[in-house]
Amino acid sequence: MLTYLFADQLINKPKLYNSMFQDRAWQFQERLKWDVDVDDTGFERDEYDDMNPLYAIWQKPDGTHGGSMRAMPTSGRCMVNEHFANITGRKISDPKIWESTRFCLSPDLGEQAGRISAALMLAGCEIGLGFNLDRAVGVFDPRMVRIYRRLGWPPEILGATGKGRDKIFVGLWDFSQTVRHALALNAGVSPQVSTLWFDRAFGGVKTIAA
Amino acid sequence: MDQDLLAFIQRVERADTIDALFDRVKEVRALFQVNHAIYHSIQWHGETFALATYSAEWHEYYGGNQMYLIDPVVINAFKKFNPYNWKSLDWDTRKGRKLLQDAIEMGVGNQGLSFPIRGPNGELALFSISHSADDDTWQKFIETHSADLMLIGHYFHEAARRLVLSRDLGDPVALSPREVETLTLLGLGLSRANIAQNLQISEHTLRGYIESSRIKLCANNTTHAVTSAMARGLISI
Repeated sequence: MLTYLFADQLINKPKLYNSMFQDRAWQFQERLKWDVDVDDTGFERDEYDDMNPLYAIWQKPDGTHGGSMRAMPTSGRCMVNEHFANITGRKISDPKIWESTRFCLSPDLGEQAGRISAALMLAGCEIGLGFNLDRAVGVFDPRMVRIYRRLGWPPEILGATGKGRDKIFVGLWDFSQTVRHALALNAGVSPQVSTLWFDRAFGGVKTIAA
Repeated sequence: MDQDLLAFIQRVERADTIDALFDRVKEVRALFQVNHAIYHSIQWHGETFALATYSAEWHEYYGGNQMYLIDPVVINAFKKFNPYNWKSLDWDTRKGRKLLQDAIEMGVGNQGLSFPIRGPNGELALFSISHSADDDTWQKFIETHSADLMLIGHYFHEAARRLVLSRDLGDPVALSPREVETLTLLGLGLSRANIAQNLQISEHTLRGYIESSRIKLCANNTTHAVTSAMARGLISI
């Protein structure tokens, strides 16, 4: 199931917390060979994880991490402005644009990987629609461009830097009910259930009808 | 683009003193027909202040009893950055129930909606409104106005930053005649299709003018570009 947790809530779920930061270490350091810091406990964490970001997490039936991404508003401190402003040529600072970073999947998903990727993107879309946002902004590699397109929610690419495998893109996503339904279908989750998960996390403030 | 909202945001951007900004906060009540509005900077390198329309009685009670230490609305703002209905918070403690009861008695209202604000230097602020209404009416209100209020909270924060940090508007900007025409017509509330027709250009070309003026003005979006151009006296509507 999808769960939405701020960092101070996630810390109260040690199984989910531990497995998420371990999976991030595996994906970003071992598999993608990104220059990230992994601490003694085997967790990949950066300074933004200390700013109480919001995580959208796919939780497996055993309570461990299946996949996740991290959301923060661009009006505050965020990666796209502090690390990637050279790609866009300017800062993106807008209360209605949130950035999505650290899109990560657990290594042992097998055939479920596509479905869970779609579920995480669905979570991003729910956040956008639920909080009346205009866009999401993200930083991603060439491999993800294909995945986003296949799952039915390709970003509008703002700029890129680097070459070949090391190329990095910055892109924007629009939110819509059409996209929400398409992602729900690819995730194998009914839109009503997705709404329920979102409501459970955020209570009252809601604007979408299932 | 909503004319009233645009005009209001422009007035917020033109506020040249904290007092003028406080007047704008007061205007939120009439604009949205709610009991109260408050802009509250929480964590600003020692610069903490609140612009609130609450009664003197409530100010004294709330400040005197240090209610901000137990108020779920304030506590939540430290942790979250999504908008929240006060009803979604946990009031079910002895102090919480008492605070809610007193808030109703002193005219704050039984409903509230808050927008946490995260600033570029890591500062925190909170924009809230409160009102007396039943749950269904309040839910409808939120659905209708949440997006506009979120934007207004952001502009209050920008203005507060500017006033507190005494930043000026930055370098002078020169717009081309086409950019001036485009922003003026947007400010008048015409649709893009309508503007393109008016100027006898394609919508694609029009988008180029909007983008170029937005970049020149360092604006985050089209609304911001229009208000910024107005504030600089580059266009008049």
